[in-house]
Amino acid sequence: MRRWVLWLPLGLFALFFVAVAVGLMTPKDNIIESKMIGKPMPAFSLPAAIEQRPGLSSNDLVDGKPKLLNIFASWCVPCIAEAPQLLELQQAGAEIHAIASRDTPGDIANFLNRWGNPYSRIGSDATSSVQLELGSSGVPETFVINGKGIIVHQHIGDIRKENVPELLKMLKEAE
Amino acid sequence: MRYLVFFIFLTAAWSAAAQTGLPPAPYANQQLADPAKEAAASELMEELRCLKCQSQSIADSNAPMAGDMRSQVRERIAAGETPEQIRNWLIDRYGNWVTYDPPVTPMTWPLWIAPIFMLIAAAWLARGRFRRKKDKS
Repeated sequence: MRRWVLWLPLGLFALFFVAVAVGLMTPKDNIIESKMIGKPMPAFSLPAAIEQRPGLSSNDLVDGKPKLLNIFASWCVPCIAEAPQLLELQQAGAEIHAIASRDTPGDIANFLNRWGNPYSRIGSDATSSVQLELGSSGVPETFVINGKGIIVHQHIGDIRKENVPELLKMLKEAE
Repeated sequence: MRYLVFFIFLTAAWSAAAQTGLPPAPYANQQLADPAKEAAASELMEELRCLKCQSQSIADSNAPMAGDMRSQVRERIAAGETPEQIRNWLIDRYGNWVTYDPPVTPMTWPLWIAPIFMLIAAAWLARGRFRRKKDKS
């Protein structure tokens, strides 16, 4: 038997050790991006979530003007954190539609009274069916949709101050 | 008796009420009437990953969204879709990540080929051993 063969098990172990060490030290990545980016909006129709705003269907997202589609819930804490940024986006001229995930009209009304209402339409997604159609895995998430109804971007998590100009730029490019 | 009622009350699962004010989706915790369809649905639910609690299957998870996914699976099976159609519908939206039965792709083929490779290597090693013994005798 040749000499180097004797070192083979140790070499294999070293390789295994390095693989495990790298795996342990790499920070965990729990973010699941939607595979729907670049694809047209799936067809859906949701009833109104509160009395003051109409419901939302996929047709409302195909009228030639780019839009933001925000998925939120009154029971979601990061949704409170992003509320001022959504208002800022709306004041800058962005049209924002919303999907309320697993929520009741009373809770949504309270939430919007307290933190502001930047939405022109709010659909109530009581069983997450539209969220699953969109490849969305939580709240809050924000989709940028161009005038033809194609999903061009997915923002996962709350919108921070620094994301506002990015999103406005994307809306402009999506025209 | 009064204590018993009190303790049952104490230990009842309140966690479901913690996150969302809505009841679970219609088929989240209710089986399909047809046993064959329910069997197909539950087999698929064991193989789909929960989006909220990512190391569990949707069959194991109590997350409201896992319940919504179970309901979707049962409703689609009841409507006549095959488990593979439902799996592909989810893969189109979330990627291969969502299934615990990963398809063979350039990323995953070593996983499938490794056992075969190891068997061949073992057979080759064993063959060497047997031959040496014969030579000595």
